[in-house]
Amino acid sequence: MGKIICACGHENPEGTLLCEKCGQPLTEEGKKSKILNMRYDGIAIRSKTRNKSIVDKIWNFFSSVKVGVTLIIINLVAASIGTIFPQEFYVSVSTEEQKAAYYEETYGSLGKLYYELGLSNVYSSWWFQILVGMLAISIIVASIDRGLPLHRSLKNQRVKRHTSFMKRQRIVAEGPVTEGDPSKTLNLIEEKMKALKYKVRRDGNALLAERGRFARYGPYINHVGLIIFLFGVMLRLVPGFYVDESMWIREGETRAVPGMDGYFIENEDFILEMHDNEKTENQELQGVNVVAKNYQTDVKLYKQSEDAVPGQADNLELVEDYSIRVNHPLQHEGFSFYQMDFRLNELKTMKFELTKKETGESLGEVSIDLTNPQKEYVLNDQTKVELLGFYPDFSGFENGEPQTKTPDPNNPAFIFKMVTPEKPEGEVSFVAIQQTIEPNGDNTYKMEFQSVEMRDMSGLTVHKDSTIPILAIGGVIFMLGVAIGSYWNHRRVWVEQLEDGTIRLAAHTNKNWFSIKKDLNALSEFAHLPRYIDQGEEDKEADGEGKEKEGDSTL
Amino acid sequence: MSLIDISGNLLFVAFIAYLVGTFFFGGAIKSSKPDGAAKRADKWGKLAIIITIIGFIAHLSYFITRWIYTGHAPVSNMFEFTTAFGMFIIAAFILIYYMYRLTALGLVALPIALLIIGYAAMFPNDVDPLVPSLQSYWLTIHVITAALGQSVLAISAVAGLLYLLKDTDPNAKTKGRFWLEAVLYFMVLVIGFILATVTFRVIGYEADFTYVDKEGMNQEITYNMPAVFGMNEYVLLTDDVLEPFVETAPVINAQKLTTVFWSFIFGTILYILIRLITRRSILSMLHPLVKKVNLNLLDEIGYRSVLIGFPIFSLGALVFAMIWAQEAWGRFWGWDPKEVWALITWLFYAAYLHLRLSKGWEGNKSAWLACIGFAIILFNLIVVNLVIAGLHSYA
Repeated sequence: MGKIICACGHENPEGTLLCEKCGQPLTEEGKKSKILNMRYDGIAIRSKTRNKSIVDKIWNFFSSVKVGVTLIIINLVAASIGTIFPQEFYVSVSTEEQKAAYYEETYGSLGKLYYELGLSNVYSSWWFQILVGMLAISIIVASIDRGLPLHRSLKNQRVKRHTSFMKRQRIVAEGPVTEGDPSKTLNLIEEKMKALKYKVRRDGNALLAERGRFARYGPYINHVGLIIFLFGVMLRLVPGFYVDESMWIREGETRAVPGMDGYFIENEDFILEMHDNEKTENQELQGVNVVAKNYQTDVKLYKQSEDAVPGQADNLELVEDYSIRVNHPLQHEGFSFYQMDFRLNELKTMKFELTKKETGESLGEVSIDLTNPQKEYVLNDQTKVELLGFYPDFSGFENGEPQTKTPDPNNPAFIFKMVTPEKPEGEVSFVAIQQTIEPNGDNTYKMEFQSVEMRDMSGLTVHKDSTIPILAIGGVIFMLGVAIGSYWNHRRVWVEQLEDGTIRLAAHTNKNWFSIKKDLNALSEFAHLPRYIDQGEEDKEADGEGKEKEGDSTL
Repeated sequence: MSLIDISGNLLFVAFIAYLVGTFFFGGAIKSSKPDGAAKRADKWGKLAIIITIIGFIAHLSYFITRWIYTGHAPVSNMFEFTTAFGMFIIAAFILIYYMYRLTALGLVALPIALLIIGYAAMFPNDVDPLVPSLQSYWLTIHVITAALGQSVLAISAVAGLLYLLKDTDPNAKTKGRFWLEAVLYFMVLVIGFILATVTFRVIGYEADFTYVDKEGMNQEITYNMPAVFGMNEYVLLTDDVLEPFVETAPVINAQKLTTVFWSFIFGTILYILIRLITRRSILSMLHPLVKKVNLNLLDEIGYRSVLIGFPIFSLGALVFAMIWAQEAWGRFWGWDPKEVWALITWLFYAAYLHLRLSKGWEGNKSAWLACIGFAIILFNLIVVNLVIAGLHSYA
């Protein structure tokens, strides 16, 4: 690789814009410009120097800030498209056909198009993920491309800079001191700049005061945080890192926890509380009568002892007794249980009495557990009721056969066979809510409905997310980096005292020129320095505002 | 007088103070004529900021008394959040004012806060009970931090707007002039919304309808403005009121569309009146007011507000939001529209920073970007809450 040798004798790597040692501009453009471009302190950047192999080209593509910004904007637009209509996971239908139908029925032909283009599931589409991935690569490559050389350059800063570097800074001052002994000026400057919390280095007749250099690392630190965060998100795809299961559990039930081997959970009670306020205007507008106050499931979490048979609910040890509420999940061994859903008043048991129609005489009571119906209910030696058919969610007949819509006992129907001393061969009866059919003619006995018992059902989500610590670390690093980069800035003041005692001063900051000028005002007054000028301001007034130019701020 | 009434009155005091403050800021800028009145300008400016601070204290007292009354941070419905947003904008303005001492900022910041509070006052100000998911201290932390971040970011739009008001020549036919006038027209439309709401409220207009929603259920709805658009399969229940002209599809909330329509009509009439009476564009009226401001300083203030606001916004609207979502729903990110638009806002300001750093988008371009950023913030507040359904929708 070629070297650029500066007039001061320093050998710079190819692509250097400002001599690493003395700061003299090395390009024609730099020599002509009134204010130097101080981006990355004029260091050689890989992406700006090599462009031969394919690797170089890919590297250069991703290191470009222009590409980075374009990727940000594309991601932004893609993300916004996903909010036009609700995403599929917010639509409560299950099958593909139902989804397609839902979008078409609800949102018309636009909705259909939206669904067919896959925009209804945009965030898990391959192209959206590629976009995010490209942005991540861009962050990594651009940070390495600029961060490492910048670090080297900031570490090896020289105190004394070339005249052409000094004169081409945005803020410059030159002239004799306004009062006092010029031989003391540098000492005064050092004193004042130290009081202003600058670090001061001196080299002969030159001085460099510097403050907040670490602010230059802010952007790189926050990029590291972002990458760690995105890495954490990707880790979820690795099996075992992420568990996301949901379960329904009825009051009084004990069930194995999905995704959490050897654990069982018992629903002791589900509690729904409502606010008892008067209806507010907002409720009126939204058509809401009462507002929920609390969703709570009182649970017991059990662990199976070591020697138990897997899946068997015996030998259980109680590990937690907890009331799960929204915002207050039960947490155990990295797993969390969230209150997500509920169903009130599910039928639990139905009671019937075997009655003789004519006299109303009762032969006994049958209680049917709807989640666990028995084949027959024996009342005595000669009397029993056989359950020939059970349809938990009866939806009508099809070809004479009773049908059930779901396995949940929402609308139970039964076919009973009643065996009595009077009718030992049995009488068949179909019983549903408010409906009795006797297929073989008029029966002597009937199953008379007595009562129901109901219970609530609670929907819980079981989560384990081992990536959370990684995400948290990424988030903390990101926030630190953003804060460092935003709330601190890197200010430098170079001063040189010429042979005749006059002072030449130049100042640069990566942002917040207002504050460095305040520092300089205080310094000028204290050390009686010549007035500084802001060449950037003159520049803007002369050339008109808003013209396209390279940024003078630095990452 | 109960605490909630006191609270309401304090908000009113704040509103009046900001209104008076705006005129003083106007006076501060205007009176700095070369008749040796720099001192007088200084006086006006000092008075203006004192009035603003008094207003802010009243506003903060409203916030605190309401907090005590309701028992939770008053940021849980559209009225509460939007008034708080107005308060944080004033807070951010006061902060930036004491950093840069630029009175001209008040001339834009205060009217924007006034519009926002006025807008908020059009929503029901009842205290709503909290649903279980909102019953968390994260409501306080997340919402307040996010709103504070948005408010500081809003100041960059204030500086941007001021920059554009000075930088755009009202006599040259440019794209910039057209769009800036469009922004000002939009602000008049907000006044139009307030006027329309207040007018029909004073009249006591009410029209009841039944309609069929998109799930096929029968619902009832009350219009407080003459129904131009009717809901899906509407049936009018009130006598002697306007029958809707158009029936809309079930996904469209025709009641809200009607509100937008009337705001548009009132705002446009107001705008035309302003144009007819003054015979000038709003831009050319405001342009001379800001003649004296330093463009470089405005540019720097705009950039600095983004730098101050961006980390606060990231913390409140993304980090705290994720922590809360993890606690309430078991997932830190769920692609809810509000979350997505917070991400979009964040990406947009990230783009702003990168464009400024590497492409040198300063001055005029930066000012426009700041305005667009604020438009995204308003979109997230208004459209996402009211139009796009999701976990954060309020009405």
